[in-house]
Amino acid sequence: MRTLKFLLQKEFKQIFRNKALLPLIFVVPIVQLLILPLAADYEVKNINISIVDHDHSTFSRNLISKITSSGYFRLADYSNSFQSAFNQIESDKSDLILEIPQGFEKNLVRENEQKLFIAVNAINGVKAGLGGAYLNQIITAYNADIRLQWFQSDKFNTAPVITVASSNWFNPFMNYRFFMVPGILVVLVTMVGAYMCALNIVKEKEAGTIEQINVTPIKKYQFILGKLIPFWIIGMFVFSVGLFVVARLVYGIVPVGSLLLLYGYLSIYLIALLGLGLLISTFAETQQQAMSVAFFFIMIFMLMSGLFTSLDGMPQWAYIIAKCSPVTYFIEVVRMVVLKGSGFSDIKNHFVIMIGFAVLLNGLAIWNYKKTS
Amino acid sequence: MTNETVIKTDKLTKRFGDFIATNEITFEVYAGEIFGFLGANGAGKTTAMKMLCGLSTPSSGNATIAGFDIYKQTEEIKKNIGYMSQKFSLYEDLTVLENIQFFGGIYGLTDKQLKAKSNQLIETLGMQNEAKKLVASLPLGWKQKLAFSVAILHEPKIVFLDEPTGGVDPIVRRQFWDLIYSAADRGITIFVTTHYMDEAEYCNRVSMMVDGVIKALDTPDNLKKQFSASSMDDVFFELARGAKRKAD
Amino acid sequence: MKQFLTFVRKEFYHVFRDKKTLLMLFGLPIVQIVLFGFALTNEIKNSKIVICDYAKDEATQQIINKIEASQNFDIQKTLFSHRQIEEAFKAGNIKLAIIFPANFNNDLSHLHQAQVQIIADASDPNTANTLTNYATAIIMDYQQELMKNNVVPFRIVPEIRMLYNPELKGATNFVPGVMALVLMLVCVMMTSVSIVREKENGTMEVLLVSPFNPFLVIIAKAIPFLLLSIVNLSVILILSVTLLDMPINGSISLLFAESILLIITALSLGLLISNVAQSQQAAMLISLMGMLVPTMLFTGFMFPIENMPVPLQVICNIIPAKWYYTIVKSIMIKGLGFSAIWKETLVLFGMTVFLLVVSFKKFKTRLV
Repeated sequence: MRTLKFLLQKEFKQIFRNKALLPLIFVVPIVQLLILPLAADYEVKNINISIVDHDHSTFSRNLISKITSSGYFRLADYSNSFQSAFNQIESDKSDLILEIPQGFEKNLVRENEQKLFIAVNAINGVKAGLGGAYLNQIITAYNADIRLQWFQSDKFNTAPVITVASSNWFNPFMNYRFFMVPGILVVLVTMVGAYMCALNIVKEKEAGTIEQINVTPIKKYQFILGKLIPFWIIGMFVFSVGLFVVARLVYGIVPVGSLLLLYGYLSIYLIALLGLGLLISTFAETQQQAMSVAFFFIMIFMLMSGLFTSLDGMPQWAYIIAKCSPVTYFIEVVRMVVLKGSGFSDIKNHFVIMIGFAVLLNGLAIWNYKKTS
Repeated sequence: MTNETVIKTDKLTKRFGDFIATNEITFEVYAGEIFGFLGANGAGKTTAMKMLCGLSTPSSGNATIAGFDIYKQTEEIKKNIGYMSQKFSLYEDLTVLENIQFFGGIYGLTDKQLKAKSNQLIETLGMQNEAKKLVASLPLGWKQKLAFSVAILHEPKIVFLDEPTGGVDPIVRRQFWDLIYSAADRGITIFVTTHYMDEAEYCNRVSMMVDGVIKALDTPDNLKKQFSASSMDDVFFELARGAKRKAD
Repeated sequence: MKQFLTFVRKEFYHVFRDKKTLLMLFGLPIVQIVLFGFALTNEIKNSKIVICDYAKDEATQQIINKIEASQNFDIQKTLFSHRQIEEAFKAGNIKLAIIFPANFNNDLSHLHQAQVQIIADASDPNTANTLTNYATAIIMDYQQELMKNNVVPFRIVPEIRMLYNPELKGATNFVPGVMALVLMLVCVMMTSVSIVREKENGTMEVLLVSPFNPFLVIIAKAIPFLLLSIVNLSVILILSVTLLDMPINGSISLLFAESILLIITALSLGLLISNVAQSQQAAMLISLMGMLVPTMLFTGFMFPIENMPVPLQVICNIIPAKWYYTIVKSIMIKGLGFSAIWKETLVLFGMTVFLLVVSFKKFKTRLV
């Protein structure tokens, strides 16, 4: 116990004395949490539309005003030729072209049917898909308006109509930041935990001080605890600042679920994560190696964690890899507890898996960290 | 000097694959003596020393340190030895005082002992003004002296010094040896490797290692007689000439 | 000239003897392409949904069959009560719940009107939107089938064409980004680390006291990385074309020319970092943190630039990779020629000149 006290004292002194590390631990995460959600806004809005109107009728004008007043679209260009609209797409000034053919109004009334042409720049698939769907909805609604205007509804009523009432739970204003902030918080804690922990131990290897420690009566577990506890506390601290200061004050996110549950999970997650850092440090000889290896893993973990893209769409093999990363589970849990208010029984399995990760990673690390060669 | 044996090795061997770093070395070190462990670069000195400190497990052979077996009782051994490696290995980002208290603390000194020890040590080293400075800011000679003092802070039975005076000037080397003598006077056995043949003269007994084998072991005077040499330098040349391993 | 070649040869030795660096050099692009090409898709498939069917009649069964047949949905279970829905959302990955009220078919055939309720888990707004749209489309499709016999007046039929990427693949968007990312990262990091390594080892001083022109020292260092980056680029392109079925609609030589421009930009950035950094570790950290994060965030391939607040949009403009990304998209996917991208090329060129001048200036003062 006394030995551990001395080890912890030393670690904290070293951490707080390291002027290069301190901002990395405390300032950078906060700045990232402030900037990332602003930058990582995937919400599909501000779709630039070019309208090619060959008809210039009341109908076409009404349709255009419906589109521009919907809030999703920004009129980038209004012209007479498809080519000029297409040039807008080529130069990225516009995402979508709506072409209203000549005789749109006339044909609709006379022939009961008229086509509209939509061309979407589909390089970004999500934007294209949603943009097309929004435009479709507006056109359908406009279509229904016209019918109502021209017919008394009873004649039309013989056809069955299914109305779809949709509602959005857990984030009724569809605020994309609600989705991103908890996820980014997890990534930041992950970076601080795994990275710093791995680097710290390798630093002692490089400096040769680990050899000095090894000839002292310090036990393996004492040394490892001495390394894990400070970073565990720092991880907790960074998470709390992120959650209570940035997420709550800046983005107005108040966790719906139990904080106790969230912190319970966080504490196990940090143990697993620090185990990973420890494991990396047992392989790496220099800080540079540790940095590249840690960077590689964190990059893969982060990209595949479901932070930016949905896990469901992944091919089987990628899904399996994603499920082998602790980051994936923690992101899920944070989103579930913070946004949906899930309870312990809902994330039981997540707990079991994370405890498994913690045991496995730390076990491997301790097994690999040999006092004697 | 008594005749109590504190280090006793029997055919101690370390192999790395096909390479035999130390080959069946057998020797004894007695309590309170200054034992010089000499050899050319790559002769296997550091490997042997690491086995004795419990940093590395031998491939075969036996050894006891302070009466404890190096296979089974490494934890006991660690309480009874001090070690100063070739590379300076105190924490550069801790102050002099903090380093002393940290290493004292992990060897189980009480707060009272720690306070007394550190005051005494700083005084002996004449570092009153530097006590609160970061170790990184000290000149190399001071660092080495500090590292040695920290290594014997807990009054171990034996202290292992791996080329402790590499890269320091003759005056500091002299001061360093004064520290070694005063530790030996207190009954601490000194096990030291060095490249400087004048330092070999300061030892009670020296061993000469060539290609992983101990080629000679005796007092400096006897060795000089044995090889009819005028200085330890000549003894060294005589022995090392036949070495097959090139320096690294 | 002969001296110079000796030098370049020495640099190649450094690069090829360092197996770890080589592994990273070629492993990184492959991993990135596989990750972004296959693992990360924005396509929404197999989303888990629950259905709460109070009606259990012919109509609802037909709609459910249609939903089941769709690739987008994976029906987890059919619930019996409304209350279970919230539990299902909280417990798992359920993205959507579809609720059919009692007497659905009855209402539909007699009152000609029935309602379906869709509840989406909007914690992820985009997925929620997309899924609601998909589900609505399926239901509308069913309704259309019912109306087959009735003539619907005034029908507007939108005909949607997806340009450039009809299957809405994620790779089309990601690959040009990965190209920018890999080239930036590899060139900046490798150059800065390799120059700083010579500084650390003290060999830089030896080179600088030699009669050899110091600028040539730097150029000689850059040449292997330039060549390796071109090889790297080719690997990425081959992988994208063969594995990901990406098109190269424009001129390949133009693509390579533009890429070389970016590589030179990155190399000069690496040179600049090497002037600032004192240790290999610092050089690596600056390159990773300073290059990777901004390149990922502010290039536009992961996150749309137009959604960002104005200050961030301004930052985007000083990221060389952003301009390169636009250029690659135009050449590779849109198949445009130089006339469409001369502005972006000019910006990139300006940046390169600026960086080169600054870093050479800095380099010189360090020599004095």
